[in-house]
Amino acid sequence: MNLFAQEVPLSWYLLLSAALFSLGVVGFLIKRNLITIFMSIELMLNGVNLSFVTFAHQWHQVKGQIFVFFVMMVAAAEAAVGLAIIIAIFRVRATLAVDRIDRMKL
Amino acid sequence: MNSSLHLWLIPLLPFAGFLVNGILGRRLPKWMVTTVALLAPLAAFGVVLQTTFRSFTPMELRSWNDPGPIPALLSLPRIETFGNWINAGALHIDFSFVLDQLSLVMLLVVTGVGFLIHVYSVGYMSDDEGYARYFSYLNLFLFFMTVLVLAGNALVMFVGWEGVGLASYLLIGFYFQKKSAADAGKKAFIVNRIGDFGFLIALFLLIANFGTLTFTEIASKLAYPGWQGGVVTVIALCLLLGAAGKSAQLPLYIWLPDAMEGPTPVSALIHAATMVTAGIYMVARLHPLFDRSPFALSVVGLVGAATALFAATIGLVQNDIKRVLAYSTISQLGYMFMACGVAAYSAGIFHLVTHALFKALLFLAAGSVIHGLGGEQDLRKMGGLWRKLPITFAVTTVGVLAIAGFFPFAGFFSKDAILYAAFTQGPGGKLLWAVGLFTALLTSFYMFRLWYLAFLGKPRGEQQHVHESPWSMLAPLVILALLSISGGWIGIERFSAFLAPSVGARVPVPSSLFPVPFTHFHLSLEELLSIVAVLVALEGWAIADKYYRRKPASPAQLAAALPGGYKLLAGKYFVDEFYGAVVVKPLIGFSKYILGWVVDVGILGGAVWLLGAVATFAGAILQRWQSGNLRSYAAWLAAGAAALLLFVLAPWNAVWPLAINFIWKVAGH
Amino acid sequence: MHLILFLIFAACCLAGAINMLLQSHPIASALSLIVVMTSLAVLYLLLGAEFLAAAQIIVYAGAIMVLFAFVVMLLNASREERTRGSRAASLVGFPAVVVILALIATVILHIQGLGAASMSQGITSTEELSVVLFTKLLLPFEVTSVLILIAILGAVALARHGHGDQEHQAPKERTTRP
Repeated sequence: MNLFAQEVPLSWYLLLSAALFSLGVVGFLIKRNLITIFMSIELMLNGVNLSFVTFAHQWHQVKGQIFVFFVMMVAAAEAAVGLAIIIAIFRVRATLAVDRIDRMKL
Repeated sequence: MNSSLHLWLIPLLPFAGFLVNGILGRRLPKWMVTTVALLAPLAAFGVVLQTTFRSFTPMELRSWNDPGPIPALLSLPRIETFGNWINAGALHIDFSFVLDQLSLVMLLVVTGVGFLIHVYSVGYMSDDEGYARYFSYLNLFLFFMTVLVLAGNALVMFVGWEGVGLASYLLIGFYFQKKSAADAGKKAFIVNRIGDFGFLIALFLLIANFGTLTFTEIASKLAYPGWQGGVVTVIALCLLLGAAGKSAQLPLYIWLPDAMEGPTPVSALIHAATMVTAGIYMVARLHPLFDRSPFALSVVGLVGAATALFAATIGLVQNDIKRVLAYSTISQLGYMFMACGVAAYSAGIFHLVTHALFKALLFLAAGSVIHGLGGEQDLRKMGGLWRKLPITFAVTTVGVLAIAGFFPFAGFFSKDAILYAAFTQGPGGKLLWAVGLFTALLTSFYMFRLWYLAFLGKPRGEQQHVHESPWSMLAPLVILALLSISGGWIGIERFSAFLAPSVGARVPVPSSLFPVPFTHFHLSLEELLSIVAVLVALEGWAIADKYYRRKPASPAQLAAALPGGYKLLAGKYFVDEFYGAVVVKPLIGFSKYILGWVVDVGILGGAVWLLGAVATFAGAILQRWQSGNLRSYAAWLAAGAAALLLFVLAPWNAVWPLAINFIWKVAGH
Repeated sequence: MHLILFLIFAACCLAGAINMLLQSHPIASALSLIVVMTSLAVLYLLLGAEFLAAAQIIVYAGAIMVLFAFVVMLLNASREERTRGSRAASLVGFPAVVVILALIATVILHIQGLGAASMSQGITSTEELSVVLFTKLLLPFEVTSVLILIAILGAVALARHGHGDQEHQAPKERTTRP
């Protein structure tokens, strides 16, 4: 068995992507810090990116990779704005524990 | 010759009067209200007269003794339709008016007597505050009554039927500030409604069995010999219930004595001459139905006879002048029903006409007495009025003689026609005849009692300002008196020959001849019975004379001798109390406790409360779901997503077998 | 070669992700996430997306995660506190995630005709990417730049000092009727 020449079935990549996504959801559910929750969202996005690239490789299309490109851009913008909002919330609430931030009225 | 008769004018003119007086009456000056109010029935009467003249050849061309059919210039029946009302499947009902001999006679009575009573009311109600309201109600009544009479099918008749009930309610409760008057109005309407229920059931059965409500169609369908008994009897009995309510027969007569709370002209018009006759008119109109059901006819006859006797006995001891007349009305209506019960419809209608004349006369005269005495209605406080109210006395005498059935007044002819028809109708008929004869005795007695107590003898009560009524009140009285004298002279043969096309011909009975002893004359059965009736009436007068003129103390002695009987009669057989305890009280109790508490508060209120409670409860539970907690929201999001994914992927071929396989593996081994 | 590389870096990914979940200090989570990002970049490279691999490192690991780290330090976030928590999150959330993962895995395992990746297959050149990006998808590209501009504006407006921590002043008395 020539380990060096083995191919990797693409389903493994997809399974990895699914695993990353689920870990992201789990993180969203478990974590109590607002910023960490946000990071789990980024993890979810990355899992999805991986599956896009996999399929782009499968079908030999460039469109999959372009979609990943756009996802990255939007994720960047979203991260910027989201963190700004978190800062704004922190200023008023003085806490980052998501269980304490449960009122609409600031 | 066949041009339109404009029958629609007859109801429309009073309706216009109702609208004008009802809406604008308060603001118009009194003379204008009076003009409008009198113009309407007069115009309607004018149209009816015009129609009548177009239907007859002049009387001079007929020989007096010729009872043959009267040829008409105008062919009757005339049906005028104003458009389609109901068109549901096979059922087709129009707004149609029919004019035939029967409705013509009724219209003459209704509009003619109605107009006279309108004139009388001008004088009687002149001081009343609700003058315009009174006349608008009166015109409304005329409108509905003419609709009822002219109706070409049972549904239009029902409209008029209900409408006269409404007008009666409004007029009985005219002095609505008095509780007894308001209660009497309600009682009349409610008891009428019980009768109307019977009418409605009959309507439904007619539709179900005949598919039509038009009178002509029903008559033509009934011409087939297959219809006999059975459902026809049921329909007839239901109609009888309706007629009993409207015409105050047993057991639904209780509203009529209380209806005397209304103004006296109202009692004259509605509860003597016109509305209460609607029941008999309806029976005559639907006579093909009744003819086909001997059982129903006998029930009609029995009800009529029983009512006649019953009411006459109560009338013997009443002290209110109007009450005496009310029970007398019920009794005479019983006569008319008796006539219909022996299929002598034209005799019944004849008595209806004459009764309208002399009963209206009697009521209006009583109103004149009451007006003259300033409101006194108790007979025990009257007396000796013949000097102070001479014209009233004269017309009352005419009326009393007429109702007692003396020759040649109107009542003689019609009452004898009924009694003769009953006598010749077999053994049951003879029983009816006997009851009718005894009732005639009682009628004569109590009418003369009224006459003696009110007018003759010494004055008993306060009679300082007794004055005769104005001419607006006396003129109709005189006219009615003249009509009461002459109204019967047309004779039953000519009358029934005239009505024959609409109510069926009178079955000729072979008359036997009875020899008069000591003479060469022979009397026919009819003449013999008439003589018997007159003798009975004289007997009644004699008894009244004895009790109320020669020995004025004897009534009190008789009452003391039979206290139980007297109490029973004076208490009107306690029928009202009986109904109150058996029907009204349980009904009120049921409404208050079961319907009021259980259904209204419990079920309905409970249902509403339950809705609110469910919403609140569900809201309280669901409220906890919206915690504001981000993580729980995320959890439910994930759960929803999982569910969606499951739902989308479930039918996918590979998943289910895998899952089942897996479960099988786990569970089976 | 491909297989070994895949195995190593996939393990790194998963380890980093799990570590991110297990760490209690947010900065440690951030650093774990950086590990995940970088491993993912290598995986992209293995799949032949060279541009994306570079972009992943530059944008994600180099910019976004740095931003996260800045914010953590700015807000002086400390170890996570034990708060009341949410029962729903554990009772409902976990089974849901398990179900989702199972479903997706099942679907993936039953896709027919998935190929395999190997070193011998070519790399998608940046030139190919940019040809499509700048010709067919030019509009979304420009719109994305506008989006980033908006994000900048938003972030600046939201996070600047003086926004949101002013006391509400009492409304002045109206001297004239409106």
